[in-house]
Amino acid sequence: MIRVLVAKPGLDGHDRGAKVIARALRDGGMEVVYTGLHQTPEQIVDAALQEDVDVLALSILSGAHPTLVPRIMELVKQNHMDDMLVLLGGIIPDDDVEPMLQTGVARVFGPGTDTKDIVDYIREHVRDHD
Amino acid sequence: MTDVDSLAQGIQHQQKRAIARGLSWIERDQQLGKDLVRTLFPLAGHAHVIGITGAPGVGKSTLVNRLALALRSQGQRIGILAVDPSSPFSGGAILGDRIRMQDSVMDEGVFMRSLATRGHLGGLSRATFGAVTLLDAAGFDSVLIETVGAGQSEVEVMQLAHSTVVVQAPGLGDDIQAIKAGILEIGQIFVVNKADHEGADHTVRAIRGMLTLGLEHLDWFPPILKTVAERDEGTDAVIRALQDHRAYLQESGQWARMRADQTTHIIELAVRDWAEEALRAARSDANWDKWHEDVLTGRRDAAHVATEVVRRRLAWD
Repeated sequence: MIRVLVAKPGLDGHDRGAKVIARALRDGGMEVVYTGLHQTPEQIVDAALQEDVDVLALSILSGAHPTLVPRIMELVKQNHMDDMLVLLGGIIPDDDVEPMLQTGVARVFGPGTDTKDIVDYIREHVRDHD
Repeated sequence: MTDVDSLAQGIQHQQKRAIARGLSWIERDQQLGKDLVRTLFPLAGHAHVIGITGAPGVGKSTLVNRLALALRSQGQRIGILAVDPSSPFSGGAILGDRIRMQDSVMDEGVFMRSLATRGHLGGLSRATFGAVTLLDAAGFDSVLIETVGAGQSEVEVMQLAHSTVVVQAPGLGDDIQAIKAGILEIGQIFVVNKADHEGADHTVRAIRGMLTLGLEHLDWFPPILKTVAERDEGTDAVIRALQDHRAYLQESGQWARMRADQTTHIIELAVRDWAEEALRAARSDANWDKWHEDVLTGRRDAAHVATEVVRRRLAWD
């Protein structure tokens, strides 16, 4: 069973996209922990640690990814959670994709991504334990 | 030191990562998880295990959040297990209980894990017994189990919890709903949440009416308490009732009896695991086809073959 945490860091108040992803992953046979809006990096990484998820899927629409994502990745490393796959979605300008990947994010999914592609990507990159 | 021993040690030292990993092993229901539960079992038996059950939407998660914070303020360390249903179609699940537990799960003294039922009926997941044992062994003073939104048959929590809190809300059904057997018979504490809504007193009366029908002879009569968990009203009374119930269980000897029942349960589990393993080994044994043939033709009966399977397994062990 693949476990995923879908998290919304920062202050933007829109979680329609995150909910669509959560539902698509559930329909893809995954267990999805959803933590709601306005999460701090500390809250997100702590939840990922306690829930022992295989994948952390971040949704950021506010433009705050250049500060939020490096902080999250720093906490991930501090907690030795390097075996967790981190994905980023939302509104990420093209020029920002490479710097995001540099922090350790495995893949950035932009607006209009087919949810099936995300499900397939996770299946290909996470070992199912069962 | 084996993997199981070193993880068990991390769990005893209350390392979050070890606790989280251990819970994953137990959820996967594989050998490592079973070995871990058996290793941790003797260290458990101290935590007050509290079940929170009730229909969907009555406010179970919000109440769990309040109870966890109140117990924290007494200096307790709290483990929370929240169970949500798996989809019967995809096998996936959305586990959303953290949303309403933001305040408590931020606290360093609270560890919270979401569990999916993974096809198990009864309101819990198959892993819940092992998960409770792990959190208990990790030294959490109270373990709160929130069941799936339960109807009338999700009563399994009463076998695991020392104290079961049945949560209701006004306006969810007429008196007939309250009188129905099942969920109302398992509560040691009743909570009417959303008590600021119309009809709360009516719901309290309906529950009281049902309880006085058959429980007069009991030495613990379940209190019926009103709360507004959203505004943290009535939480203290629930905490007091839980403490009273714990004291009652200890004085009456029921606390010790439940521990004895769990010991029986874990021995049964171990026997069943061993038998399943023996069967698995037999099926890949070179003699399997011959045994099959023997039983099919009546040369030997199935019990005779079973004896041989067990004997071979014992020799192997």
